[in-house]
Amino acid sequence: MHVVRPLIFVWAALMSLLALTIAASFALTGPLSLVTSMGVATVKAVLVYWFFMHLREEGGLIRLAAIAGIAWLMIFFFLALADYATRSSS
Amino acid sequence: MTERVQVHEPFVDPAQQHAADMLGMYIFLASEIMLFGGLFAVLFVCRLLHPQEIAAASKELHLWIGGINTAILLTSSLAVAIAVQLARQGSRRAVAISLAAAAALGAGFLILKAVEYRLEYSDGLLPGFSTASKFANPATHLFMNIYLIATVLHAVHLSIGILLLAGLVWKLLRRSLQVPKRASVIAVSGLYWHLVDVIWIFLYPALYLIR
Repeated sequence: MHVVRPLIFVWAALMSLLALTIAASFALTGPLSLVTSMGVATVKAVLVYWFFMHLREEGGLIRLAAIAGIAWLMIFFFLALADYATRSSS
Repeated sequence: MTERVQVHEPFVDPAQQHAADMLGMYIFLASEIMLFGGLFAVLFVCRLLHPQEIAAASKELHLWIGGINTAILLTSSLAVAIAVQLARQGSRRAVAISLAAAAALGAGFLILKAVEYRLEYSDGLLPGFSTASKFANPATHLFMNIYLIATVLHAVHLSIGILLLAGLVWKLLRRSLQVPKRASVIAVSGLYWHLVDVIWIFLYPALYLIR
């Protein structure tokens, strides 16, 4: 039971964050809404990776492999948005 | 836990074998992240170019069905995480029950998703099945195209996950998969399940909660 209890706490935290992101969608609009919803999703993903996907117990090599894909994706997002986010609206 | 694990060629110790298992699966998952990443890039650029239209289109989606489905997947991930812990302790039946519960929750997600597609079809908002002229504007049509492709691709991944877990349950019940000797098989399959959950964690706000 002692190994299961922390997992249930993590699940409770994930459900609370889900409630938070839905509530935020009624209160916020525009860029603030995007930043909040993606921020909450990132926190949820970190919880899943750290506790459910065992990164808590693993060494540096596995942690590095786990974030490699996301790191590359962020580089691609940055390059794509360097174009789209800086276009003039005229 | 490690001394009770079966070590295969070419590995010499359980820790090395475990690291190789996890590393290989994480690299595969990186390829899945890149696959879905492209869809997210398209979605964000689309949102940047047509903020009002996309926000209006997102409001037409069934927020609560998506929310319930998110809760279902988060709960299924809990069941898989518990199964991995139980597998390390060697409780075969409990692992099978826990994995079966996760697979059943996954199936529940798919059923609810099908109901949601049916509702969108009735609203005339399902690309390929509804007439194009019914969409409020081209940006809405584009958004619904992305929505359909992203959610169907996710559903395909979830279906593979359900088959994977069902296969493990079958093998556990027939005793052809032994725990804790081969608990790593449960852990590595669990990683796939959790990633499909993480993808939905991002898809839900990116599609349903645009305001």
